[in-house]
Amino acid sequence: MQRTVEHASSAFPTLLDSDAVATQSGSSKIATIRETVGTPFVDNPRMTCRGVEVYYGEKRAINNLSIDIANNEVLAMIGPSGCGKSTFLRCLNRMNDTIASCTVKGNIQLDGTDIYHPSVDVVPLRAKVGMVFQKPNPFPKSIYDNVAYGPKIHGLTSTKIELDEIIETSLMKAGLWDEVKDRLQDPGTGLSGGQQQRLCIARAIAVSPEVILMDEPCSALDPIATAKIEELIAELRTQFSIVIVTHAMQQAARVSQRTAYFHLGDLIEVGATEKVFTNPLHQLTEDYITGRFG
Amino acid sequence: MDHHFTFPHELARLNKKLLYLSAMVEEKIRLATQLIASHDHDAAQSLINSDYEVDELEVEIEEDCLKILALHQPVAGDLRFIVTVIKINNEMERIADMAVNIAMRVDNISKFNHAAATSYDFAPMSAKVICMLQKSIDSLVNRDSVTAKTIFLDDDFVDNYRNKCYEDIKIRIKKDPEHPGYHINTYLLARHLERIADRAVNIAEEVVYLVEGTITRFN
Repeated sequence: MQRTVEHASSAFPTLLDSDAVATQSGSSKIATIRETVGTPFVDNPRMTCRGVEVYYGEKRAINNLSIDIANNEVLAMIGPSGCGKSTFLRCLNRMNDTIASCTVKGNIQLDGTDIYHPSVDVVPLRAKVGMVFQKPNPFPKSIYDNVAYGPKIHGLTSTKIELDEIIETSLMKAGLWDEVKDRLQDPGTGLSGGQQQRLCIARAIAVSPEVILMDEPCSALDPIATAKIEELIAELRTQFSIVIVTHAMQQAARVSQRTAYFHLGDLIEVGATEKVFTNPLHQLTEDYITGRFG
Repeated sequence: MDHHFTFPHELARLNKKLLYLSAMVEEKIRLATQLIASHDHDAAQSLINSDYEVDELEVEIEEDCLKILALHQPVAGDLRFIVTVIKINNEMERIADMAVNIAMRVDNISKFNHAAATSYDFAPMSAKVICMLQKSIDSLVNRDSVTAKTIFLDDDFVDNYRNKCYEDIKIRIKKDPEHPGYHINTYLLARHLERIADRAVNIAEEVVYLVEGTITRFN
């Protein structure tokens, strides 16, 4: 596995400098980095990202991106396919480390700690920054073991009673307990799609994360299962920070407090969701959310 | 079976209908203000009887807006446009009702056959009200919030004229206490015109919201 991490100095390129012309690494192609408008920064953030750039080989997928993720907020990331939102999401718990050609530059901190520092172990990091994927991916194990897996490998419990408590609490927080409490030993893969997705959320919750990343968590679900996941997101926000990538504009509008719009690797606009969906600042945002392009 | 058009086509059709309604209402106000001077009974009846045209179009536009909201879930500028159409549509219908009220009031005044009375000069007030309505519609057509913001200045003139009318009518009632109904009806014409001006201001406020995304109230 090849991974390159360049630790940013104190002199990050600022957002307001970003209209400058940047040269793609190793390429003669010139790309204009667009200025981010809106409110990318917050007071007392849970995570801070400054000057983040991501390359797949020579191709730059994300340009000089800076944004904060607040405590107890749902941040929705929207944009056309290939705009870099999922790539950026995966930077937040170093999932991009698994992609050989991927290079991440800049600085991403969780609670003040640089998550790309060589001393950081990605296993506990991914417990703190959990992830829920587009397609529900329960382990081929029982419902109980799916949720128990994380606490066991992270050594979060020493007794069966403690583990049982975590299982019950996690499944309750995921809104699944009442539906599965009498069949915890049944295979997780036997649940419906929506239930499987909530099981995956319970699995992420079980290791006491601070941030939950969701990559189009409802795109494979029917409207009823989607509604349950959205209700769950609203409840989880009271305890966690949530970053959700979605192609469903109305979902972003329903579940998030802030919305970030990506376009061709640039973070175009970040703002309060009600503001972005009623009166966006940037014409590109307006054009995308009103369906003029994308 | 109802046809489904593409979203931009639906918006364009809605815009066209709203502008048609606006032109229709503007014309009715013009006719109503002419009635104040002419006291033409037939023209008054014609205005009263044709009010259904505005009512029907208003319902049609509202249905279109609800359909677009349900089927297309508009956001940003499109959402502001639909909200603006819903509100202006309502204002236009109420303005048309004011035209009918003026026609009925003029008809009532004519029935008094009041030989001694001198008619009140509403021409300056009527001209200003028509100007305000035109300006609000123009600002809507041109998506011109700058023009829209100037309308409230005209509203002061209309309010002052109504107040002046009120004081004048009080004096007339004192001088001619035998015909209070005639004088009160005359004052109510000023009141109707003033309400039309208020609704023109409301339309201008909606235009500012449509263009700038900020909710504005001209007080």
